[in-house]
Amino acid sequence: MASSVRAARTAETVAVEVVEPKPVVPPAEELFKLYREMLLIRRFEEKAGQLYGMGLIGGFCHLYIGQEAVAVGIQHALTDKDSVITGYRDHGHMLVCGMDPRRVMAELTGRVTGYSKGKGGSMHMFAKEVRFYGGHGIVGAQVALGTGIAFAHKYKKDGGICVTYFGDGAANQGQVYESFNMAALWKLPVLYVIENNRYAMGTSTERHASTRELFQRGLAFGIPGAQVDGMDVLAVREKAIEAVNYVRAGNGPFVLEALTYRYRGHSMSDPGKYRTKEEVQEMRERHDPIDKLKALMIAEGIADEARFKEIDKEIRDICNEAARFAQDSPEPDPSELYTDVLIES
Amino acid sequence: MPTPILMPALSPTMTEGTLARWLKKPGERVRPGEVIAEIETDKATMEVEAVEEGTLAEILVPEGTEGVKVNTPIALLLAEGEEPQPAPAAAAPAPSAQEPARAAAAPAAAPQVLRAREPEESWAGAKMVKLTVREALRDAMAEEMRRDPTVFLMGEEVGYYQGAYKVSQGLLDEFGPERVIDTPITEYGFTGLGVGAAMAGLRPIVEFMTWNFAMQAIDHIINSAAKTLYMSGGQMNCPIVFRGPNGAAARVAAQHSQEYSSWYAHCPGLKVVAPYSAADAKGLLKSAIRDPNPVVFLENEVLYGRSFEVPDVPDLLVPIGRAKIVRKGRDLTIATFSIMVGKALEAAERLAQKGIEAEVIDLRTLRPLDVETLVASVKRTNRLLAVEEGWPVCGIAAELAAIAMEHAFDWLDAPVVRVTGKDVPMPYAANLERLAVPQVEDIAAAAEALVARRI
Repeated sequence: MASSVRAARTAETVAVEVVEPKPVVPPAEELFKLYREMLLIRRFEEKAGQLYGMGLIGGFCHLYIGQEAVAVGIQHALTDKDSVITGYRDHGHMLVCGMDPRRVMAELTGRVTGYSKGKGGSMHMFAKEVRFYGGHGIVGAQVALGTGIAFAHKYKKDGGICVTYFGDGAANQGQVYESFNMAALWKLPVLYVIENNRYAMGTSTERHASTRELFQRGLAFGIPGAQVDGMDVLAVREKAIEAVNYVRAGNGPFVLEALTYRYRGHSMSDPGKYRTKEEVQEMRERHDPIDKLKALMIAEGIADEARFKEIDKEIRDICNEAARFAQDSPEPDPSELYTDVLIES
Repeated sequence: MPTPILMPALSPTMTEGTLARWLKKPGERVRPGEVIAEIETDKATMEVEAVEEGTLAEILVPEGTEGVKVNTPIALLLAEGEEPQPAPAAAAPAPSAQEPARAAAAPAAAPQVLRAREPEESWAGAKMVKLTVREALRDAMAEEMRRDPTVFLMGEEVGYYQGAYKVSQGLLDEFGPERVIDTPITEYGFTGLGVGAAMAGLRPIVEFMTWNFAMQAIDHIINSAAKTLYMSGGQMNCPIVFRGPNGAAARVAAQHSQEYSSWYAHCPGLKVVAPYSAADAKGLLKSAIRDPNPVVFLENEVLYGRSFEVPDVPDLLVPIGRAKIVRKGRDLTIATFSIMVGKALEAAERLAQKGIEAEVIDLRTLRPLDVETLVASVKRTNRLLAVEEGWPVCGIAAELAAIAMEHAFDWLDAPVVRVTGKDVPMPYAANLERLAVPQVEDIAAAAEALVARRI
């Protein structure tokens, strides 16, 4: 029977893919690109944290520090036909999609020059021109929406796929499984990327997930999955290329679980009592994705310390300029209160 | 120049805190992300991390200091290669993060969207055909699907079953399974999927077998569809129609007999339509499918089989946002929508036999409401009876009463009266169900009492 063959094949795929060979090292040019993109996210987020501390950014602000390798590695497997959607920890994805850091920062500070004219804030930004579909504040909502974007790719036969990011916390939402079912049933071109940073806000996966192999959560629907070291950008990139190829070939959805870690709190107002300082320190010192790539590039003789200092300076300048632009931009005019509620037809 | 490190706000509401402990001493190097101090608020203890790399030059606020205001400089940091300088005599005043108070308070409601101007009278003289509401809805979808290849229909049993209430009869045969999509019973999922597809440029029609089941999906209707245009600063619109039967059916009890008009009409970012006649059902559904915004289209199961005269014109479009006076009268205005329009018209007939001439307004659209037509009518008749099938608390009728008071207070000769569904879950027993839903005699009696009342 077709279904039993499929299930068997899926189980085999899973078993094979847990053990990882060392990822292939791409050419120097791409290594620099990966490094700069991760560093841009790191420095941008540090700057955002600073502006939050100064009261210039309000409300919720979820930083991506520590998880940079995931969005950066995945993006390197995509083409300009593909779409991206994520939840509220979205600054990293936006930057790596090519959104302007100045306008992202301006949105964080609620200024009219921001991507949403200051009406969306940290969790709600969109850029149709780079096919970034948000920025969604309801945990798990982006999974159904991303499945719909994939539906549109298939309907329009445009060859694109939709990468739908969500966290280990969202992986428990019912609509994730409603979406999995339809995506598999209709063979939609969607790559589900689970960013497992071990904590759903303050609740660890041990305490919130009955089964912690989140990449296997699609198996009941016949969706294959794989797990990857989300602190290693080359591993993420390589696995993402395989997964994207699988999805683009018309096989239907794929679940890629990236094991990652956020160094900062869930949001800015997180006392961090649910994990030890040693645990955070260990990840920072021994598993940092940026340090890891830097070490590899030095070991391979691709760049020296002086070159990295230059890159760091360039990235800092971009982030300082973003902060300056954001602070110098005006707030939206009061007349904007009533605009963009409906499109006037 | 050394960079001041400021007392951070670690929550949206924090204004001050205690500097509990310094983890770095002057002269020590710090790296971005490194914890340099701990601060306490009444809620929690939190860590302050360095943002820039450098050397801690001076601590300005010693540990143990309470009531340190947010944005106060607490230390100075020297960047690489910088020489220490004497500390500034006085810390610069912290930049205020507070907004200056707005000079003028914003009005509570947006200006009403202007009514579309296309005169429906252009159909006058058109040949009329008899159609049921069910057929009218089906024709509207078929015409729009022929016209625009991005329009598709999805929902439970819309395809092979030909529609749980046969509204989509024949559509699968004409448009095929790629555009008439049978979904699993999974409202939250397929509604989110539809909204995502709309954001990506398609024009989905999402059918709910009944609106009762859309409660599972209301998060996507409100949070994803209605709010995204605003949250994206006008970039990301969502051209989608959510449709299906709303309100009381017959003898299906509380979970299958709820009226949702006020739920959706409450929410900015949606348009909400609730037609009565077959012509309006067809013309409004066609307009809804072409609308660039999310439209909640509330049908009525009991009306599906009812026949009406429909103008036989090639492109019957009824503008959203425009009420219709379906009966002229001088003594009172009865404003209502959907199935209650029929009951109000019957009540008006009975009233006429007693010499009372009721004007009956079919609101047709609940958001944006046609305030102009309503208010003009109330100013002529000086009395308003607001009728709806749904519950009374915070309902559409309550909104109509508020509008009459705000816009026509001096014209009212009596307080506005409401006739609504009873404030109970829908009972199953035939006699109780009849009591729970407004009947023709309830409307007629309320109208008579209203007209008899003198101030």
